[in-house]
Amino acid sequence: MTAPSLGKDLLGLEPLSREQIELILSTAEPFKEVSERLIKKVPALRGKTIVNLFLEASTRTRTSFEFAEKRLSADTVNIAAQGSAVQKGENLVDTARNLEAMRIDMVVIRHPSSGAAKFLAERIRSNVINGGDGTHEHPTQALLDMLTIRDRLGRIEGLKVCICGDVTHSRVARSNIWGLTKLGAQVAVCGPQSLLPGPIENLGVTVFRRIEDAIEWADVLNVLRLQLERMQAGYIPSLREYYRVFGVTQERLERAPRDILILHPGPMNRGVEIDSRVADGPQSVILNQVTNGVAVRMAVLYLLAGGRPELAEAAKKGSERGGGE
Amino acid sequence: MKPIVVQGGRVIDPSRNLDEIADVIIADGRIEAVGTGLGTPEGAEVVDATGKVVAPGLVDVHVHLREPGREDAETVATGARAAAAGGFTSVCAMPNTDPVTDNQAAVGFIVKQSMAARAARVYPIGAITVGQQGEQLAEFGEMVGAGAVAVSDDGHPVVSSHMMRTALEYSRSFGIPVAEHCEDPSLAKHGVMHAGLVATRMGLRGIPSAAEEIMVIRNILLAELTGGHVHLCHISTRGSVDLIRWGKDRGISVTAEATPHHFALTDAACEGYDTNAKMNPPLREATDVEAVKAGLKDGTLDAIATDHAPHHYEAKEREFDDAPFGVIGLETALGLGISLLVDTGVLTLPELIDRMSTTPARLFHLPAGTLAAGAPADIVIFDADASWTVDPAVFQSKSRNTPFGGWELKGKITMTMVDGDAVFGGAKG
Repeated sequence: MTAPSLGKDLLGLEPLSREQIELILSTAEPFKEVSERLIKKVPALRGKTIVNLFLEASTRTRTSFEFAEKRLSADTVNIAAQGSAVQKGENLVDTARNLEAMRIDMVVIRHPSSGAAKFLAERIRSNVINGGDGTHEHPTQALLDMLTIRDRLGRIEGLKVCICGDVTHSRVARSNIWGLTKLGAQVAVCGPQSLLPGPIENLGVTVFRRIEDAIEWADVLNVLRLQLERMQAGYIPSLREYYRVFGVTQERLERAPRDILILHPGPMNRGVEIDSRVADGPQSVILNQVTNGVAVRMAVLYLLAGGRPELAEAAKKGSERGGGE
Repeated sequence: MKPIVVQGGRVIDPSRNLDEIADVIIADGRIEAVGTGLGTPEGAEVVDATGKVVAPGLVDVHVHLREPGREDAETVATGARAAAAGGFTSVCAMPNTDPVTDNQAAVGFIVKQSMAARAARVYPIGAITVGQQGEQLAEFGEMVGAGAVAVSDDGHPVVSSHMMRTALEYSRSFGIPVAEHCEDPSLAKHGVMHAGLVATRMGLRGIPSAAEEIMVIRNILLAELTGGHVHLCHISTRGSVDLIRWGKDRGISVTAEATPHHFALTDAACEGYDTNAKMNPPLREATDVEAVKAGLKDGTLDAIATDHAPHHYEAKEREFDDAPFGVIGLETALGLGISLLVDTGVLTLPELIDRMSTTPARLFHLPAGTLAAGAPADIVIFDADASWTVDPAVFQSKSRNTPFGGWELKGKITMTMVDGDAVFGGAKG
């Protein structure tokens, strides 16, 4: 059969088709169960070497990738900017070529510059996975968001999803916009106008100025982290006012015409963009997102390594050679 | 030195509204006569220009030749040869060298290197402020005495309106233009491309058009206040063109230039994070490109200048955020002008020559841009109909950072002469 493949790299959701996105989500399903086992390990990527090249601070994403890699039995190495040759002034291509000279198979890259993952992918033979590049894309985050929405609501198509907060500086927002619109959701954004990019409506999203209007409209809110340095940079006057005007609070949610699913990519600023009662409440799926992150990343790693989606279940048992070439 | 006859070409001299098949006679490095039936002087060398255009050598009032400081990217000599290969006989070098060209000794160094290069003439532009720091006026008088033809803090806009006012007033004592890169640094800060849909999609920080336009109107108003001549560099937005048109209508002494890349490309060229499409001011949108073309047509934008900005390969081979701004342009400018302005009916060929030679020479008071008798024999000869493919590997420039590699352009230069010597395309070219 000619199932869609992902190609060499996962750089973003913008270049992917609906079929490719659905492939990743469906491949993630059988991998969820691995993390629930007593012995959380399958042999699908045995013998593969993966480098997690994290040139920007990250706890959640790096840990999630590392768990995904280890649960697939890959050998992994973590490199951070601190203490690496990058800090000594080595450029990205040289870093990657040196890693490749050690015969690695994949690189997961997190980098402060938009386009860095693509830049790397064009220059090395290994598979490259974008773990977040500047303010461009963070595809695995959006994939785990979609998987979580689908788990809870059973579908993506036709849902109304509003992304709330600092859209301008958010790679999570961009990947969500691409992924959700390709899967047939209606997407909106809501936040202070100083943190929404001017031409955002041209990406096919609705803009809400008031969080109350967004809540009245939406089935799902994906509440972005407000980077605290935005206040110093003068985009907003104070965190206090942000919470008061744009915060996702229990009081606001109680006035919603329907139950709204609450997502947040973390790390949260409780009492800034989101009220603790909301974050910890029954409508929150914030920890489910984290759990699903491992499964989605396992699926991406497996597919890029050449694993066949129909064999994903079998690969878990080690009865088939799941790794591919 | 033998006399030279450039025979049978289509002679275009915008300085005298001349466009006819004629011969050009050169003696002692100067134009002796232009006309038909002039005969061939005794012992003259004949250059056959049949089917070609013969025009005053092109003039570029905005190049970066990187010497001193970054000789790995370009030198005065390689830049002057790149200019000659592109049909330019006079170029003006911006002062953002290292150290900055902000005093008479530094200006004199450029003049000396230019004379040694024996290619296109290189005229230095001195800095407006010491070190381009915007704080203390540089010594215009001494720099002009050493050969500077203008002042500019290009790349470092003069933020203080008071300083700009003083520079424009002081420049009047020496009759030189003050060339300004129009950019409000607080709006442009951290930006790497035009603030538009493409930047939003790519997650790159944008430089809004207003960052340029605010400084355009400030500089126009300061030129009105002072009576100084402000020359606005590389205009990229529709709003800027409108503001300059308004200033000119009021009789203010404002002139402006546009680059080939700003009439050839939009911000879509940045797709794929191509660092060869990263320049400042950034590539804008289609409506801006159309406004730039219209501005060149009606003279709101007086001149075409390349903003030739060489960078070493390594500097551009990196993440978009970290790559330097700038593209080279000397060797593709005429081809882009013919292909994108003349062939499309925006400008006539004589108008293009005017914008690339006669007018910029006049704005910067250079002895160029004309084939009048007695003028230096600075001439370009080109085949306006011949096509060629841009191959950066064969550029005379030391650098290769062009977004036009592989483009098919019309207008092939066959010879460039300075003082009657072939500096490109001749036996020794």
